[in-house]
Amino acid sequence: MSDTTKAISELFSNRFGDRVVFRSLENGIASIDVEVDAWLEVCRALRDEEDFSYEQLTDLCGVDYLSYGQSEWETEDVSNEGFGRGVEGFGPGRFNWAERPEAVDVKQRFGIVVHLLSFRHNRRLRLRCYAPDEGMPIVPSLVEIWSSANWYERETFDLFGVVFEGHPDLRRILTDYGFTGHPFRKDFPLIGNVAVRYDSLKKRVVYEPVEIEPRVGVPRVLRDDSRYNTDELDQAADVAAEKEAAEAAPLDEQEN
Amino acid sequence: MAEIRNYTMNFGPQHPAAHGVLRLILEMDGETVVRADPHIGLLHRATEKLAESKPFNQSIGYLDRLDYMSMMCNEHAYVRAIEQLLGIEPPPRAQYIRTMFDEITRFSNHLLWIASCGIDLGAMTVFLYAFREREMVMDMYEAVSGARMHAAYYRPGGVYRDLPEQMAPYKESRWTKGKDLKRRNEWREGSLLDFIEAFAKDVPDKIDEYETLLTNNRIWKQRTVGIGVVSPEKALQMGCSGVMLRGSGVEWDLRKKQPYAMYDKMDFDIPVGVGGDCYDRYLVRVEEMRQSARIILQCVDWLKKNPGHVMLKNFKVIPPTREEMKDDMEALIHHFKLFTEGYSVPAGETYAAVEAPKGEFGCYLVSDGANKPFRAHFRAPGFAHLSGMNEMARGHMLADAVAIISTLDLVFGEVDR
Repeated sequence: MSDTTKAISELFSNRFGDRVVFRSLENGIASIDVEVDAWLEVCRALRDEEDFSYEQLTDLCGVDYLSYGQSEWETEDVSNEGFGRGVEGFGPGRFNWAERPEAVDVKQRFGIVVHLLSFRHNRRLRLRCYAPDEGMPIVPSLVEIWSSANWYERETFDLFGVVFEGHPDLRRILTDYGFTGHPFRKDFPLIGNVAVRYDSLKKRVVYEPVEIEPRVGVPRVLRDDSRYNTDELDQAADVAAEKEAAEAAPLDEQEN
Repeated sequence: MAEIRNYTMNFGPQHPAAHGVLRLILEMDGETVVRADPHIGLLHRATEKLAESKPFNQSIGYLDRLDYMSMMCNEHAYVRAIEQLLGIEPPPRAQYIRTMFDEITRFSNHLLWIASCGIDLGAMTVFLYAFREREMVMDMYEAVSGARMHAAYYRPGGVYRDLPEQMAPYKESRWTKGKDLKRRNEWREGSLLDFIEAFAKDVPDKIDEYETLLTNNRIWKQRTVGIGVVSPEKALQMGCSGVMLRGSGVEWDLRKKQPYAMYDKMDFDIPVGVGGDCYDRYLVRVEEMRQSARIILQCVDWLKKNPGHVMLKNFKVIPPTREEMKDDMEALIHHFKLFTEGYSVPAGETYAAVEAPKGEFGCYLVSDGANKPFRAHFRAPGFAHLSGMNEMARGHMLADAVAIISTLDLVFGEVDR
């Protein structure tokens, strides 16, 4: 842990104790997890206190951690299946509404991720809290603290079905009037469950179950081998570039 | 006298001044807006969900279609997020090209804004002037990517290809011939960079023309001065960014405060408004166009002097060229893997923001180590701005609501995503 990371992590742990878990400092953004019970209290302190003074909530979104880290095609071992066929997985887009996967018991399925920006310190912060109950996720609303949370929370409610307690106007925002379900949940099929068309006999728009088959071109694959050790690759690339330059140089001289 | 009650009015979803498909429910007291309730989502295409179902590179094209007035800036945020997760850094020439095209995009966005805002408020002529220049910007896009609007030009690790050596000239046709043809091809003799240079040098004169039409125009000022005032504190609370913030007097620009690409090497100024009304936002945008021209010229100057790679040579992430594929087995394998499976991105999360013409465009990306993003979220500036519509429009006249929507610079591609 570098000095800056340590200083920032201590800043949070000294102020908030174990209500906050410091996770990382990457690309200049500190990342912390907050207990859902302390959500409002911590956020208010982050806005008001001199050390933090995060004046603006730039972004709020939900994350559905169902199927996190699950692949659809085995890469660890040899397989006798072609990559193109993939597997009969239940990844996004691979199932229809009737056979959607059961939400297996994930302890903390819905996360709320907030990005804050401090203009005074020119600093960003990523906050995350998990909704405690997977069946009925409820998180306190931040509208009282940052009014820009209003529409972001409506969006998260609409797309993930997370309920924000204390929100003044929790309506759907992006989906159609009268839409059912929460489309960004991982157990919602990519093709949707109803299709809309105009019925010329009934002279109105009708909703029908979708008829198209779900299909995915590329299976989801997890690779955690060393091929992305970019430092080594960068060095190799530098060497290759130098070699190329060395080869190109004599050619230029010949032309001259 | 008859009893007068508030009544509700439906503005949009198909209204020329709604800049797309905005349905605005206005509660009116005579001509005065009591409450404005924007209904959005009519252009919702679930871009984020689609991005979760495809390899990383295949979603770049969707980013163009979010804010379809500032295509390359959106790509920039997404591509930067991927680069941060992969831990790669594009070569300097690619960074300069990105900086230059970000500014070209900013110019084209503001150009379209000034045109459409003019039309909304009854100034028809600006539109005709602005589209004359916009056509040339579209030509730059086409020269570099082959597409006039949806470029998909930025890729993780650089840009798709180097700038062309020859700018495509107009051919003789029934409509373009003789003197006219010669005039149109005057700047197109040399390379794309020559064309961009000539264009950027000429831009300040063109901006003077727009300003002659608007800046001291009595009607324009009556429609915009003191309308839709946003105080600096309110702007921070409402999540405003970009021009909405600077128009209110907050000196904040990601290009200066959290520089990315080559902005820390550029010499430019940040215009800041005083009153926070529609007129100030107009002035800020006009000045930003002038500053963009300055940045473009600096980039052209550097790019002319420094040839080099525009893509990393890292075959695990970046596909090899066709020539390399023809005589190198390794390159062929890499090519095959990259186009059937894509590259896997190490597990982690990141947030990359760029100063898009409309404000802060951010991309929050969560990867679980797969070849597709686990979650992609795009932070659109227009979404936050529109959510403050009620506070801005309350107490104004109906016609002023149009001025406010206009100067928010909304594009529903990004608001609805």
